[in-house]
Amino acid sequence: MSEVRLSNLSKAFGETIAVDDVTMTIPNGALVTLLGPTGAGKTTILRLISGLEQPEGGDVSIGGRSVVDDTPAQRNVAMVFQQYSLYPHMSVQDNLAFPLRSPLLKTPAEEIERKVSEIAEVLRISHKMNNKATELSGGEMQRVSIGRALVREPTIFLMDEPLSSLDAKLRSDLRIELKRIQENLGATLLYVTHDQIEAMTMSTHVGVLDHGRLVQFGTPREIYENPVNLYVAGRLGQPRINVLPADMFAGAPAGADKMGLRPEHIQQGEGKGSMVKRIEHLGDQIRLHLTLDGHDVVTLSEPHSDLEPGDTVAIQPRNPLFFDASGVRIT
Amino acid sequence: MSSYSITEPSSLQKWLAGTLVVAYAVITLLPLVWILTTGFKSPVDAIAYPPKILFEPSLEGYVNLFTTRTRVAPETLEALPPPATWYEEVVRNRDMVIAGPSRYGERFLNSVIIGFGSTFLSVFLGTLAAYAFSRFKVPLKDDLLFFILSTRMMPPIAVAIPIFLMFRTLGLSDTHLGMILLYTAVNISLAVWLLKGFMDEIPREYEEAALIDGYTRFQAFYKVVLPQAATGIASTAIFCLIFSWNEYAFAVLLTSGTAQTAPPFIPTIIGVGGQDWPAVAAGATLFLVPVMVFTILLRKHLLRGITFGAVRK
Repeated sequence: MSEVRLSNLSKAFGETIAVDDVTMTIPNGALVTLLGPTGAGKTTILRLISGLEQPEGGDVSIGGRSVVDDTPAQRNVAMVFQQYSLYPHMSVQDNLAFPLRSPLLKTPAEEIERKVSEIAEVLRISHKMNNKATELSGGEMQRVSIGRALVREPTIFLMDEPLSSLDAKLRSDLRIELKRIQENLGATLLYVTHDQIEAMTMSTHVGVLDHGRLVQFGTPREIYENPVNLYVAGRLGQPRINVLPADMFAGAPAGADKMGLRPEHIQQGEGKGSMVKRIEHLGDQIRLHLTLDGHDVVTLSEPHSDLEPGDTVAIQPRNPLFFDASGVRIT
Repeated sequence: MSSYSITEPSSLQKWLAGTLVVAYAVITLLPLVWILTTGFKSPVDAIAYPPKILFEPSLEGYVNLFTTRTRVAPETLEALPPPATWYEEVVRNRDMVIAGPSRYGERFLNSVIIGFGSTFLSVFLGTLAAYAFSRFKVPLKDDLLFFILSTRMMPPIAVAIPIFLMFRTLGLSDTHLGMILLYTAVNISLAVWLLKGFMDEIPREYEEAALIDGYTRFQAFYKVVLPQAATGIASTAIFCLIFSWNEYAFAVLLTSGTAQTAPPFIPTIIGVGGQDWPAVAAGATLFLVPVMVFTILLRKHLLRGITFGAVRK
């Protein structure tokens, strides 16, 4: 395992700029999550690190050594693709053993046997070892392809939304399992996801991408509590951050144009009256959809609230985030 | 937009469809049945009018196909020792003796060598070219693909004279190598285009995963792409073999002895002044066997191959 460093990395596909001058260090043993909408350049960054794409500018170094001229095999990285990654003509067993049999590793047969059955145990696919890869359910396929990465000891694991095709139960089990494996191995992992729970709970660091640019890089808490702009603020948080005109409540700093309110920034009981539009009972909490002077606001409430649609709730902000007209954070 | 509804066809529709299928099968199979039965008829039955549907089967056609015979005077025939084999007896009944084997065996072997040789070469080269066209940035890719296809825009025989002269100059006339190269040149455009379609359907992620798993580009191609392309390779091979196996015009023009294939040879079996239709039919029947066996062996692939890409899983 080693530190992976991207310096001024750039890549364009024709006119489209996929990765724009990204500089980022993935510390040894870290789990870094890349966040961003489709087309933000998350997958391209994984492909540039793995060597499946060549950068137009900048450098990728692994363990202090530039690898841009190395083949993917020479870089010794493991990658989990979002889909289509299992070799359909091979059994599960052979799929898992495939990287160990490569000319790169040339693992002895007993060791392949041991490692493969160990990983199969962890990912709960031992009973399907002799199945063809095409005879698996979507969740099983994805577990096998995660397993194919985990049998190796690569410099870095690259995972492109590995849990996105799994059902909720399996996803939360595997999320914890992956984190445990990563900590046990001391593995360095670069992880692409849309899922904010994955980003918040697994990562040591989060990188937020917007149109190929790295907008902010920091711990999940930093990204959540201290977003540099409105875009980053909108990437984390469920329900999403509410954006209101800054002058809706008194106390906006000079130059503020928008006010960002996460649910915990909204205090109920005093302040401006807002109308309850809809109530969602989530069991452990209630999601309140409010209208405040024609603006929609979503917040959380106690599970045993007796509010009903049409009721009026007084709300006021508590330590909100302020942004200027271009979306940059002020306080 | 009209909406489609799926309803069970009425019994009349089913009956109509069934009748059409049977009629079509009869029309296409009739010539084959004719050839097959004629091979087992006596020369007299073969030209009988109206055609005999029930007849006494005879192996005379097959005996004549594989032998050359000489007519002898009746008294010489009587002086000979009794026939040692059943086929000698068949020949003696016509007042003839076997002079030696015919050339059908050699010509058949030539067809096998040239047909399968050029099929292998077309598919081998076609697979490599199709992979390159499918995966890499080849300069002028579209122009090259069009150029490759353009070789099929005229009947191959249109270039017969230049090829004839070229073969004479290069010493390729009437050689196995020459015919293999010629049929490969004709087939390769088909092979490249068909196989490129199949390669395009194979997701790149498979090879990319193999590259990351520690394999070289060639190993990834060999271990991952090739097994995936097996269906396409099999169906392409069938099409290539059918063309080179049945090709007649070039074979007549460019081969006469050493490398002559069966198609130009079979008509000559009819004999000088003779009308040995059973032998011709026997030759044609046996000639069908290898292509049929090859196609049946690869049939599963062929069916999947034809529908490949049309149906999304």
